[in-house]
Amino acid sequence: MLRSKIAGHALALVATIVLGGLLSATLVRLAPGFDADERQLDPHLNAESVQAFRAARQQDHNIWRFYFHYMNRAAHGDLGTSLALGQPVRTLLRDRATLTLRLLTVGLALAWVAALSLALTAAWLRISTYDALTTMVSGTFLCVPAAVLALLSVLWNVPGSLVIALIVFPHIYRYTRNLLAKSYSQPHIITARAKGLGEARILFWHVVPGVAPQLLAVAGVSVSMAVGAAIPVEALCGLAGVGQLAWQAALARDLPLLVNITILVTVVTLLANCGADVIGHMVRGQES
Amino acid sequence: MNLWRKLACALLAAILCASAAANWLAPAGYAKQYREATDAPPSRTHWLGTDEIGRDRFARVLYGTRISLLLAPAAALLSTLMAALIGGLAGYLGGIWARVAMAVTDLFLSLPWLFLLITARALMPLNVSPLFSVTVTFLLLGLLGWTTAARVLCATAGSLRSADFVRQARAAGVSGQRLFWIHVMPNLKPVLYAQFWISIPVFILSEANLGILGLGVAEPLPSWGSLLKELEGLVSGGDEPWKFVPLILLVLVVMSFQFLLSGQEQVTA
Repeated sequence: MLRSKIAGHALALVATIVLGGLLSATLVRLAPGFDADERQLDPHLNAESVQAFRAARQQDHNIWRFYFHYMNRAAHGDLGTSLALGQPVRTLLRDRATLTLRLLTVGLALAWVAALSLALTAAWLRISTYDALTTMVSGTFLCVPAAVLALLSVLWNVPGSLVIALIVFPHIYRYTRNLLAKSYSQPHIITARAKGLGEARILFWHVVPGVAPQLLAVAGVSVSMAVGAAIPVEALCGLAGVGQLAWQAALARDLPLLVNITILVTVVTLLANCGADVIGHMVRGQES
Repeated sequence: MNLWRKLACALLAAILCASAAANWLAPAGYAKQYREATDAPPSRTHWLGTDEIGRDRFARVLYGTRISLLLAPAAALLSTLMAALIGGLAGYLGGIWARVAMAVTDLFLSLPWLFLLITARALMPLNVSPLFSVTVTFLLLGLLGWTTAARVLCATAGSLRSADFVRQARAAGVSGQRLFWIHVMPNLKPVLYAQFWISIPVFILSEANLGILGLGVAEPLPSWGSLLKELEGLVSGGDEPWKFVPLILLVLVVMSFQFLLSGQEQVTA
């Protein structure tokens, strides 16, 4: 069962990469200036050399040949060259990935710590005012666009990772709180309480293990949310990460770069979701 | 309807009425430039001051609200219809159709929403007329925002496929097409309504994000996104508080939708 689940996810991942690569190749081919080669304008070159460049470009007119070459190059790590920045896409991604990774890791950790602590204390204390207050705070953050939070962080010198945490936290909190509330209304919890079990024991022995698989699923989704939040945060806070690169590529209509980033992001989020799904499956298996 | 939902309804109605009456309430058009009063603070003539090229901010807020509040529901309607067709049909047909449709949906869902939006927006020309930019922005939101709703609708239609009344209708010789349009679709209505209301605040926030990033509605047309872009130039939060009016309005509108939505969820449940 577990093996077939992993195989299914691996298949989806490979299909995404192949489809994404084909889409990327199509967009590169359709991008303005695909047929042009600026070396042809070099006055030092004679007619034969110019003709040789033209002949080389002619080979790419066969769409299937072009796809094959593109995919072959991509398989060897050559993702093409950015039209706007004139640098290899691979180098650009490598240089900026570290910052984005650090931003996302710290942001996600902060968001989860805040959401879990607030949701668990709300479930434990069961004070309606506290619950209403935390729900109101998280609800307010849900109503503010991510880009506005990024702009305000520049104004108030708040680090980027904290902004990512503020964007992701309300989603996790709301889901966790609802899960815990639903879990507390189940008959076995009511019975446990009626039998006089302590609140801490009920929470950590009976409620949390029951909601763990769903929380793992949210963990996968939260990675996707954090990656999405990285665009406005990096773009508006002046952080040179992958999100800022995607934004610059979008403004410059640098399609090869943008599509490659999108594929990379899709693969990362798919991997996160697959990981969460597989771990959740294992946890459920252990429980049963 | 509880007190909070009544308040939310009243607030939304008031904001909608004010934006609809922008032609009468605003002191000037959204593009009129008062060159003698650029970046002016609030005054009797300009209630929210003017922007850096002398346009009345109150007028721009009213017109921007009209654009965001009219086009977000239009995009939500489009995405809900697409979700009904794709998700509803896939769920009703079941088998390989449902699996393929859900695989495509999952692929879309795995991609961060803002990444998908800016990639799709970048495929369109950026140097376009303001009217075209409004159409493209909200059309994109509508065309790309159907996936979550499609998933829910596919599951609902799938459960309806094996419902007693559908089986009886099928046994009575009702054609597949008639079964879908006359018997299955009307039963998807509560879910469709809920998805429609859920999509509106999502699209309002997405347009605001795109606008701030410079990929939304083009100047001189105002929208909440382009109005919020003004916050970029602030040196400190307390200096020009009137610049926060579009943000307060947006938060109030989205919050009102959330309150209405909680009621809708109860109805659907």
